[in-house]
Amino acid sequence: MNSMSKKVQLVDENGIRTDGRRSDELRPIKLEVGILSNADGSAYIEQGKNKILAAVYGPREVHPRHLALPDRALLRCRYHMAPFSVQERKSPAPSRREVELSKVIREALEPAIFLELTPRTSIDLFIEVLQADGGTRTAGVTVASLALADAGIPMRDLVAACAAGKADGYIVLDLNDIEDKEGTADVPVAYMPSLNAVGLLQMDGQLTPEEFEQAFNLALEGCKKIYELQKKALKEKYLAIKEAVEEAVEEK
Amino acid sequence: MTSTTISRIRQKQIARLIAGGKRLDGRGLTDYRPIQIVTGIIEKAEGSARVRLGKTEVMAGVKIDIGEPFSDRPNEGVLTTNAEFVPLASPEFEAGPPGEDSVELARVVDRGIRESKAIDLEKLCIIPGKKVFVVFVDIYVLNHDGNLIDASALAALAALANTKIFKYEIKDGEVEIKPGFEKLPLVNFPVAVTLADIGGTLIVDPGLDEEEVMNARLTISFDKDGKICAMQKGGSGTLSPQQIIEAVKIAKEKSEELRKLVVKDYAAA
Repeated sequence: MNSMSKKVQLVDENGIRTDGRRSDELRPIKLEVGILSNADGSAYIEQGKNKILAAVYGPREVHPRHLALPDRALLRCRYHMAPFSVQERKSPAPSRREVELSKVIREALEPAIFLELTPRTSIDLFIEVLQADGGTRTAGVTVASLALADAGIPMRDLVAACAAGKADGYIVLDLNDIEDKEGTADVPVAYMPSLNAVGLLQMDGQLTPEEFEQAFNLALEGCKKIYELQKKALKEKYLAIKEAVEEAVEEK
Repeated sequence: MTSTTISRIRQKQIARLIAGGKRLDGRGLTDYRPIQIVTGIIEKAEGSARVRLGKTEVMAGVKIDIGEPFSDRPNEGVLTTNAEFVPLASPEFEAGPPGEDSVELARVVDRGIRESKAIDLEKLCIIPGKKVFVVFVDIYVLNHDGNLIDASALAALAALANTKIFKYEIKDGEVEIKPGFEKLPLVNFPVAVTLADIGGTLIVDPGLDEEEVMNARLTISFDKDGKICAMQKGGSGTLSPQQIIEAVKIAKEKSEELRKLVVKDYAAA
């Protein structure tokens, strides 16, 4: 964490935020699917200055074998931040924060996967934060869900995630790094729009129940927008393959 | 959180009862199990408490030390929260480094205390940038019968309310301990309320067998002014947005009941 004076203005008198957004605007998001050749599924997200990679291996044999579940696949998730992803170098050893986030991210994605279709296997999910800019857990869920889909794992829905929070008295969508650190509340949410189901919900800071409801609903709206981007990114991968094939046919 | 096996028949019975508004142990859907709080049980700790929530038993100890502040908060004392799932508490617990469940538990309790600004950390500064009081809250689970988060949050708060800090004076830049104690400056009283969704119905304070059957749980911490200061969804199921809003309402009411149990104690001390 940087030392910063406590009186940073996060939202100006016109309701514009430090990066020029309005209160209900997402940061620019770039999504790519299928970018690592070794993984069974992979995806990459840029959301603001966040740069995060996700890769899926599996369903595959479980190691160590005694962890295998007789009636469903074992989903394992590792959320990890690269040492160079933040201002002050982060030790590569997993921190308590990373342990907790790995758990809540897993619990956000588990309900989306038909784990019972591949019993005795493991699905191993790796999320590497290459650059962190606030909201890495939600961007991590968004990108991981795409990597799972890219691996061809049967899913009930894509999981889209987004945070909302409070900064300078305003309820704002998709907190950036400074809003995350200097703001008064953060509400990360992961949501499956077509099931109307919330798989991740956390909150820290201070909100009245009314403010919470407002922030929560704003986060859900953000999730729905991200969900559309996810679907588009998945389609683009296959459209690119289709185009490549058609070109090859024409050349013949 | 656990993987104790309970029979299918019992699972179905729990779910069926809850659908009809009843629970296996006779409680109402939003009732807590009987709560008992005892404080000041470890003389060597600066603060301590034991909470019994039904058969769940959690102890919290507070130790105070002098250490260095964080560089970005030179005028504030330091709070550290840790949780141990000691193997005597459950057949499921194993000795060894903390697992994800105990890390989560400690972090959720910590979030409640920190975000509600329960401890006036600026009053714990001794020499700005150099020496501050470090408050270690150690949560010790002694018997696991479900809803460890609420029991632990309550134990931590009761232990903090019971904490005494030694008096000191500064001589030539060194801290000298004087006889006598002062109360820890506790200015807020966060309590956690956990609800579980079983078959679409929300229940408060899930017991261990109910945790086995639940789809998901949601913990909501409220501060003394009725503001939410921490939240954590757990479990591998989902909740609907409507359930979450309903859970906030129920939890707010329950939090006021819980807080009374501790505040009374602090005022009397």
